[in-house]
Amino acid sequence: MLMEMGLDREEIAALATIRSELKEIPAQRRYLIPLLQRVQQALSYLPQAAIQLVAQHLHLSPSEVYGVATFYNQFRFTPPGRHPVRVCMGTACHVKGGDIILEHFERKLEIKEGETTPDREFSIERVACVGCCALAPVALMGDALHGHMMTGKVEGLILRVQIEKEKARREMGDRDER
Amino acid sequence: MSASETSPLEAWTALQAEAQQRERQRATGHPIQITVGLASCGIAAGGMETQAAFAEAIATQGLPAELRTVGCCGHCYAEPVVIIDHPQSGFPALFYHEVNPGKVHMLVRNFLLGGDPCLEHVMGAMEANDLLPAVNDFARFGLEKRIVMERCGRIDPASIAAYLADGGYGALASALALSPAEIVARITAAGLRGRGGAGYPTGEKWRLAASQSATERHLICNADEGDPGAYMDRTLIESNPHQLIEGMLIAAYAVGASRAKIYIRAEYPLAVSTLEVALAQARQHGLLGDAILGSHFGIEIEIFQGSGAFVCGEETALIRSMEGFRGTPRHRPPYPSVSGLFDAPTVINNVKTLSIVPPIIAKGADWFRGIGTAESPGTAIFSVVGDVTHPGLVEIPMGVTLRHLIFDVCGGIPDQKHFKAAQIGGPSGGCLNETFLDTPIDFDTLAEAGAMMGSGGLVVMNAESCMVDVARFFLEFTQKESCGKCAFCRIGTHHLLTCLEALTKGKAEAGALELLQTLSEDICNGSLCGLGKTAPNPVLTSLRHFAEDYRAHLEQQRCPGLTCRPLIAHYIDLEKCARGCDACVGVCPVAAVFTTSTRKKGIDIDLCIQCGECIAACPPQYDAVRVVSPPALAPRVERPQTDPPKNAEEG
Repeated sequence: MLMEMGLDREEIAALATIRSELKEIPAQRRYLIPLLQRVQQALSYLPQAAIQLVAQHLHLSPSEVYGVATFYNQFRFTPPGRHPVRVCMGTACHVKGGDIILEHFERKLEIKEGETTPDREFSIERVACVGCCALAPVALMGDALHGHMMTGKVEGLILRVQIEKEKARREMGDRDER
Repeated sequence: MSASETSPLEAWTALQAEAQQRERQRATGHPIQITVGLASCGIAAGGMETQAAFAEAIATQGLPAELRTVGCCGHCYAEPVVIIDHPQSGFPALFYHEVNPGKVHMLVRNFLLGGDPCLEHVMGAMEANDLLPAVNDFARFGLEKRIVMERCGRIDPASIAAYLADGGYGALASALALSPAEIVARITAAGLRGRGGAGYPTGEKWRLAASQSATERHLICNADEGDPGAYMDRTLIESNPHQLIEGMLIAAYAVGASRAKIYIRAEYPLAVSTLEVALAQARQHGLLGDAILGSHFGIEIEIFQGSGAFVCGEETALIRSMEGFRGTPRHRPPYPSVSGLFDAPTVINNVKTLSIVPPIIAKGADWFRGIGTAESPGTAIFSVVGDVTHPGLVEIPMGVTLRHLIFDVCGGIPDQKHFKAAQIGGPSGGCLNETFLDTPIDFDTLAEAGAMMGSGGLVVMNAESCMVDVARFFLEFTQKESCGKCAFCRIGTHHLLTCLEALTKGKAEAGALELLQTLSEDICNGSLCGLGKTAPNPVLTSLRHFAEDYRAHLEQQRCPGLTCRPLIAHYIDLEKCARGCDACVGVCPVAAVFTTSTRKKGIDIDLCIQCGECIAACPPQYDAVRVVSPPALAPRVERPQTDPPKNAEEG
């Protein structure tokens, strides 16, 4: 379908699952945000096709749905990296230099906040507060939280991912040879 | 069970007896009780690894110990926290702080197997005794007055039996024996004021909603905690969800609500799942659904996940977002108590407000009035963070002074530095200087000082912080979170932010301070909702109490707190730098540190990003890195041609 252009096979499958689930949900406006949350949970972002799907179901225009989705911080419209980096920008982290950590991630990964690296390995986001103020400054790599961040730790975290990737690649290579 | 057979009180007594029985059974066969605090903050500090290490030791060594999980006790500086009750050792239950897996192995070997409690690692005993200091003798524990957080960190949040056995849901049982009007009267008599920030009398809100003639009424618990730096609502839900549910049931009964919802941030996944478990347990025990505790009263509680918009903490915006729209506030009146969600009368209360309800019903209005001040009875919960020795959540009676809270309870400012400011109430609050240290904290005194109670976030700052930068930080937040409805808020906060950014870069023009003042006042007057009306508070209060900071930025391009990076410079004091020491070279993220001809170090001002890593790395016996403002004060040391920047080398 034209609507699903630009999506990979897994995403199309996830979208199909959601389409079948939609029958259970009444076409009432109050279900708009829960529906968008459901889509984002499955696809980790809201592609255009998903917005159209939700709009169709609730008898709204896609622009109306898009307008609501962009209002809230939770929703994103580009796919995140496999290792999303989230840097806390809460008050305590700010006082302890969270912006230096964010800048250093940006410098090392050569992308800006809100962007994803071309290989879709990393993305950087700022979050308002993760509620671990006593450990400030704080950053999350995937789901793992790292407290008392320093610029040196930033480099270590990125290096760890690259080492794991290299290891996986070699193992794959070994298997192929055999 | 029909209503005629048993009263709610009898039904509850039976439930409690059964729960106590279950709790006793659980403890038998496990003389050693190990308790690990695993709320979000404990997990962040490594609590999961601690728990796994204990579980592994218990399994491999066959220890007669039970591993229990509790929520957060509010002592964030001490996470991960472990309490070990090992009666056979002769010691009372002991409180250990910062327990990593290494400490676990030591405790298992020495204490659980050997009987030696490793006293040097004990923070205190859980009860008074002759040998060890008890934790309650410490100011950080003993000076608190816990009503809402009383069970936090003490009971297992995933177990309704633990809450029931501890007397939980007893207040609901006695409330169901009263008429709704009697409950509203009791809450009014207690003088309870909403803990969401504005301090509106809760009893009045309930009375108004109950007096509306309507077929349907709603109760919403506002758990959309969006203030960066406050996390007590999350902690309460993660540590003791049943107290909130009990409070909601009492409130729903009092106002005659037929539907109840919890609006909670989707960014709090652990709190959401804890609540889901707790609601399912309550349903199983007949505490939710039809005929609660065998009475005629029945209600369901649903969870609605908010999608992260600060303005949705405002009640009319919250309602709008639950209806499936952009969360923009609307004009009040009509207040939600008259016409709220789907135009039905709606009571919206904060998590803390609803969690205080059960103790008030259980212990009476007079007891509650006896705590705190006459105008603001009860306690306040603060999340104290920043430059303070013992950060975390603190519950204290209303009316104590900031000095008591910061210096007596939380241990003062570390590293022998001086107090400069307290930012109270988050983005809607204000910055107070040391003249306010002896002001009693309650809703009204804070409003007079230009701050507000807000969410209860309290950031303590030492002399090395910059108030202009703090104001800029909060404005950046509110500017981003402005919903865009009112022009003053939408455009005004943008201009405020631009002006503050220019100040922190030393590029502000004459008249900037007057512009900040008038623009702030205009935004306060021209905005509809609480977000816009209070957004300029950080600017107004810091202008009022820290005018010298602003003037230094404006007139001398100098940052007195040495915080604003465009206005500072790092350099190395060649008198102090040690020949041949390379400590600062490796830590510099941008390779700005170079070796001078004397084999001492210098900093390339063009490359330096002012991150301060070299200060941390410089050995204390040399202490050679200096920071100055304005940057022109730093002596310029030329980089020798023989030591080019690293990138050039690679290229």
